Amino acid sequence: MIQPHGKNLINKELPKMEKDKILGEIDEYFKIEVNAQITKVIKNIAFGVFSPLEGFMDSNNYHYVLKDMYLENNVAWPFPIVLDATEAEIHEFGVDDSIILICETGQPLATMNISDIYNFDKKEFAQIVYGTLDKNHPGVESVYSMKEKLIGGEIFLLNEPAPIFPKLDLKPMETRVLFKQKKWDKVVAFQTRNPPHLGHEYIQKAGLTYVDGLFINPVIGKKKVGDFKDEVIIESYQALINEYFPKDRVVLSTFETEMRYAGPKEAIFHAIARKNYGCDHIIIGRDHAGVGDYYGPYDAHDIFDKFPDLGIEPIKFRSFSKCSKCDAVVNDKICPHPPEMQNYFAGRDIRAALLAGKPPDTEVMRPEVAEVILRYENPFVE
Amino acid sequence: MSEDEHKVEYTTVSIPKPLADKVKERMKGTGFSSVSSYVTYVLRQVLSSIESEEKSTQAFTKDEEDKVKQRLRDLGYID
Repeated sequence: MIQPHGKNLINKELPKMEKDKILGEIDEYFKIEVNAQITKVIKNIAFGVFSPLEGFMDSNNYHYVLKDMYLENNVAWPFPIVLDATEAEIHEFGVDDSIILICETGQPLATMNISDIYNFDKKEFAQIVYGTLDKNHPGVESVYSMKEKLIGGEIFLLNEPAPIFPKLDLKPMETRVLFKQKKWDKVVAFQTRNPPHLGHEYIQKAGLTYVDGLFINPVIGKKKVGDFKDEVIIESYQALINEYFPKDRVVLSTFETEMRYAGPKEAIFHAIARKNYGCDHIIIGRDHAGVGDYYGPYDAHDIFDKFPDLGIEPIKFRSFSKCSKCDAVVNDKICPHPPEMQNYFAGRDIRAALLAGKPPDTEVMRPEVAEVILRYENPFVE
Repeated sequence: MSEDEHKVEYTTVSIPKPLADKVKERMKGTGFSSVSSYVTYVLRQVLSSIESEEKSTQAFTKDEEDKVKQRLRDLGYID
């Protein structure tokens, strides 16, 4: 099985004795409340999804990653993973202090050993990571709304945040044991933030044909208005797998993280996380993790050429469609027929049908999947 | 600490001039902007290939693995 990124799977859970000691003295620590997105980052660092990261980046790693897309220790990493703080907050502690990160409900999440407190340039961050300063880009908007300072340092988990889908919440150590148990040596990951249409099913099955198992790993967390709700994505995949996949070849599990819509850089990030789960291939489609027209349709394919040492291999798919002449789902490499014979699974058309309360054409979406979506009065994020 | 102190650090490595000339020749039309960026790419590739052959230094203990298997059973992932 593929090694974790940076060779070792990170585990930042504290032994019970140390955890109890810290929790018993918790009033002595300065606390910073973090939002739901940072809570997910903490969990992902703690359980090795973001291996080799052991905490929030210090200024050296921040700059190395921005400049080069490599960490200071020469491991590929596409964008900064940082914790922001206000001027008022940073007056309460200094480098070498330990603080407690608490979630919005007040539950202590982690201790953080502060190794750095530094300034950052929001414009530089947004421009390099997202390739634009346009505030209409959800990632840019989120950078501009960050607090003024960044703090770096190692974290240690005190309490695991409750998963959104407890029965589908697998950690990298668990997926690695699961794949081993299933005798899967080669595993292909499929990243998604949408219910499946027949084009998705086609590329999943095409990828699975050449490996031992398929890891369907929807992103669960903050998304933009108009995206499908998390529960719709999960239930629609369960319906698809039940009816159309061999059960011993597929694992469905959630990846709790925010969508950054960083296009090509996020494709690298998605690949690294799936490598840590134990996948050695990842399917990368057209405009992966893109939004609007900020990125070229195949930028997320091309960026992999810059990382000869990533470990996980992208399986790159260009466009796919249902060809009326072939009477099959095809891609542009295997079908000679013109665009007027192709149904490109346009998201706009699928949405229009669903909003009208009708199932999309069965050539586009499995009826079982459509039925799940139509059970929801509003399947979209508001 | 000023912003300048956070600049990414580089070091100089000497290679024979004929090799550098050969790299320059090979670089044409590849998109690499300098001999340094080409050599960096090649070194990363070589090191990655060597490291992927080494065994991971981390293995789960039997106890850890048994606990994980029990959780996977509880969740319905394995029988």
